[in-house]
Amino acid sequence: MDQSVDNSPKTATAERRSLPTWVVVLAFAALIAFLALIGVGLRRVQAGPIVIGQKVPEFSMTSFDGKTYNLSDFKGKVVVLNFWASWCAPCSQEAAELEEAWRYYQPGNEVIFLGVDYTDTEPEALSYLAKFGITYPNGPDLRTRISQMFRITGVPETYFIDQEGKLAYVKKGPFASLAEIQAAIENLLN
Amino acid sequence: MQEKVNTLSMKSYRSLGLAILLAAVLLALLAGSVWAQDPQPPSDDEVNKVAKELYCPVCENIPLDVCPTQACAQWRELIRLKLSQGWSEDEIRTYFAQQYGDRVLAAPPLQGFNWVFYVLLGVFVVVAVVVYIRVVRNLRTKPAAADAVVQDEQPAIQDDYLKKLEEELNRREKSS
Repeated sequence: MDQSVDNSPKTATAERRSLPTWVVVLAFAALIAFLALIGVGLRRVQAGPIVIGQKVPEFSMTSFDGKTYNLSDFKGKVVVLNFWASWCAPCSQEAAELEEAWRYYQPGNEVIFLGVDYTDTEPEALSYLAKFGITYPNGPDLRTRISQMFRITGVPETYFIDQEGKLAYVKKGPFASLAEIQAAIENLLN
Repeated sequence: MQEKVNTLSMKSYRSLGLAILLAAVLLALLAGSVWAQDPQPPSDDEVNKVAKELYCPVCENIPLDVCPTQACAQWRELIRLKLSQGWSEDEIRTYFAQQYGDRVLAAPPLQGFNWVFYVLLGVFVVVAVVVYIRVVRNLRTKPAAADAVVQDEQPAIQDDYLKKLEEELNRREKSS
């Protein structure tokens, strides 16, 4: 009898301490969902950039004049994908050389240049293009989708995609000369 | 002759009056058109009000209103341009999100997968409130329960003590 008297307050305390089942279930569900979200985020972060030799996923770019360019449209051609911005001083160092290289390869129709304007404003971007007389297709990186796909670390960065759609060469920073651009392209053409 | 002169002067007065009237109308029209083409430009405060809720991807975690880079300065000028064109703050924020992605916004918009974050946040808040209420209730009821336990345990302790005392006395009595 004494035992039952002794245990009764402890049992009452234990009953008071236990949470309703729905709260426990909800808390666990929320915790699992939260962990799942972290997992998805980590997977995305650890996906890493496109590496040399890897096939470049399909992407499209709408130029400032409204034309849409898909990577798949250029199968069999070398694609020179240049990331730039009007606020980027080193970009202006290579702008003239890139245009010169484009004019050099344009008649051969084996190489296509695409300029991707990274987090820029359209008025400044258009003035930049006019200033350097750039004629190859250029367009904004809408929602920064293309730059995120390539995981660029800054501008300028230039990606060379071979005739099979694989990433062949990456240049981080500005090109020093026209010859440097030509050498990178010639390696892919030969 | 005098009458002719009077008629002439009357005519010239009339034409002068007409010219003045015409000039006044033209001036008013011109002035009106000047007002229409030159509205009050948006102030820095108005620009910064929108800018402080935006983040440039180039300089992460720095609100656009205080970011010192040229890229951010250009973005602020774009905000000024859009405001001067009569865009609302929401329209500007939407435009920036469409151009540069949702990560430029201070808070993710309520659409698509983002709903999960808001729902989870709600669930966490509800769970936290329930746990808090229960903990507070327990803390309030605990002292009363503890007193009850002490009161219940005290006679038992005393009984044990008395029992031992009696046993000891009995033992001594027998031994003596």
